[in-house]
Amino acid sequence: MNKELKILGIVVIFTLILYWGVEPFAHSQMHKHVEGHGLIYDGKADIEEASKDKKEVKKKFWADVKKIASLKGDVASGETIFNSTCASCHMKGASNMGGVTPPSLDHAGAIYDKNFLIALIKNPAMATNVDHKYKDTATHPMGAVMSMVSSDQDIANVVAYIKAKKAGEVTPKEAFIEACSRCHANRYGKLTQLGEIPKTKSNIKTGQDIDKMKYDQKVAEEQNALADYLGKLPPDLSIIYRARSEHFLETFIENPQSQLPGTAMPRTGLDKEGLEKVMAYLEETGDPSKPARDALGPWVLAFFVIFTILAYLWKQSQWRDLH
Amino acid sequence: MAHFDENAKPFSHQWLNDRLAIDTLKRVLSTEYWIPKNINFLWAMGMVLAATFGILLISGIFLLMYYQPNTKLAFDSVNYTIMTEVGYGWLWRHIHGVGASVVFLIIYIHMFTGIYYGSYKRGRELIWLSGMLLFVLFSAEAFSGYMLPWGQMSYWAGMVITNLFSGGSLHADGLVEWIRGDYVPGQAFLGRFFMLHVLLMPLVIIGAIVFHFGTLRLPHVNNQDGEEIDFEESARLYKEGKKAESKVIPFNPVFLSKDVFVMGIYFIFFFYLVFYHFEFAMDPVNFDPANGLKTPTHIYPEWYFLWSYEILRPFPTDPGLIAFGFAQVIFFLLPFLDRSPNVAPASRRGAFKVWFWLLLIDMIVLTFMGKLPPQGIWSTIGLVAALLFFALWIALPIITKLEKKL
Repeated sequence: MNKELKILGIVVIFTLILYWGVEPFAHSQMHKHVEGHGLIYDGKADIEEASKDKKEVKKKFWADVKKIASLKGDVASGETIFNSTCASCHMKGASNMGGVTPPSLDHAGAIYDKNFLIALIKNPAMATNVDHKYKDTATHPMGAVMSMVSSDQDIANVVAYIKAKKAGEVTPKEAFIEACSRCHANRYGKLTQLGEIPKTKSNIKTGQDIDKMKYDQKVAEEQNALADYLGKLPPDLSIIYRARSEHFLETFIENPQSQLPGTAMPRTGLDKEGLEKVMAYLEETGDPSKPARDALGPWVLAFFVIFTILAYLWKQSQWRDLH
Repeated sequence: MAHFDENAKPFSHQWLNDRLAIDTLKRVLSTEYWIPKNINFLWAMGMVLAATFGILLISGIFLLMYYQPNTKLAFDSVNYTIMTEVGYGWLWRHIHGVGASVVFLIIYIHMFTGIYYGSYKRGRELIWLSGMLLFVLFSAEAFSGYMLPWGQMSYWAGMVITNLFSGGSLHADGLVEWIRGDYVPGQAFLGRFFMLHVLLMPLVIIGAIVFHFGTLRLPHVNNQDGEEIDFEESARLYKEGKKAESKVIPFNPVFLSKDVFVMGIYFIFFFYLVFYHFEFAMDPVNFDPANGLKTPTHIYPEWYFLWSYEILRPFPTDPGLIAFGFAQVIFFLLPFLDRSPNVAPASRRGAFKVWFWLLLIDMIVLTFMGKLPPQGIWSTIGLVAALLFFALWIALPIITKLEKKL
């Protein structure tokens, strides 16, 4: 018996060493480690990563953002500005503008960080950390906002309004649709860049579904526009939860440039709640069996524990008079 | 013409015995199939393997009902249909994925047990050879199965491994195209690997398992001391009831009772992995759909192929391929390279003991290096470990020839 345990110990030790080498150790060596910044958007990482000639501009930009953040915003006048400027593009049924369709802002106050929103209105390309793509950041698809909402107080007012009135309870799916799905489809969640895939019916006589074909064409056109603007079609995120580590996704969402320098993906400026909701949705479509696993696992293991106890008793009875 | 009892009722014991010799079969294959008593749990690995193969077969049959061997549909049929829409599809898939990885862990334990106790010599050569044949067949089965989800790693591993057949500077590109059925992995490639995985390989494996069992019957399994047992004498003692004096036990039920107990412990481990720790068996890279225009940053095989991959990698193309070929066949030659007359555990065999542990550690080092990016210190360690692998096999006949008879 003691000898058997000794042999088992050796087998277990070698197996664990093997596991450690090919899994945790190998993966720690294969991927560069990126530290997160706790979803604080103060431009620290942007300034560090920036080329020399851009450092000063970025420092000044984020210092201005900090200044605006300290102003007290007026919700009522923010609402007026929001309705007369923002809402004309960020509306239901918005059409593609310069490559991307403006997202809904229904829950923007709940899922986006305040500093990020300020920065975004002040200069969308700088805030999203994709200014390297533009000679003149005013040519960003949302660049027009820079001339429309230009005073510091106006920016503070609009953000105060968004934070106060556009901050209702948000589901993981809504958070994903608003923050990610203008560019990323999620086919397992039945989402395209145009939102939820509508239910259509095929003609029973011909078997053809013309409404679906029309919808597919619209999606294809939207995808073409995105690919032209971004350089490639952003990947479908159905199962990205299994394809990348949680740490990668979180740091990537916080600052895409940190994991993939030069990427066309803008920072989305999610706050803690927004990130949690988006991650929850990615888990829901990427790893939907988790609740079922957790429910069934203990029963299966309990079965085999009982099986093993009975097998041990049988073995003892068979081997009793052998020695 | 044998004698048939005309009065025997159909399907009665007598009736079956006349037609199938069930009493004899039961005696030869089960109740009087003698196994040495002096064994430890490592002797149960064969049955553990058989059980794991059974699990793979059953889970595979369920997956086969929904899997689509089509380059456009394969990825989603695995990751969406089976994982989301099929009842317990996720369970079958995780069982199959974990089983495919764990079966190699048990194969390696089984192999190194054989090497440690010298269970490939003096009448047991065919056991070893048929076992090695099974190793190769399981490798082919694992590789072909890895193609099926049609993720990035399926595609690029398929590309890299089939490229090996160009033979380096032989430039046998025609052979590579013939294997792929196309210039690059595509529908023809997926279709044929699907066929290999679900039909041809399992058929051949089942045949090889039967053969492997067959090779065991006459030489009997080895024991912890490599002792040559007089099975007839020991069997006589056992049947006379002198069980304590006898050195053997019957396969059924005595040996089996221990096997089943070991299997129980194994299943607890196995299903713990299935429910709580399956990620190690399913590489993240393979959850990106196959894309021939985007090479993944790191391409590496599953862990059980890493040691031979690392023997290929540190050398220039042609010597690398030769080294790789050497590594694939050298284990087959073990019974003929070990020149010692002793059948005994490595711990009593002097230099062979050192050889055994060096080989084991060297293969673990090769495995580690096979996954790490081939840069800097990692490539140097990989090269040294690969050279040590060859040195060990060249040294084997010499050190075993010098071994003293016990």
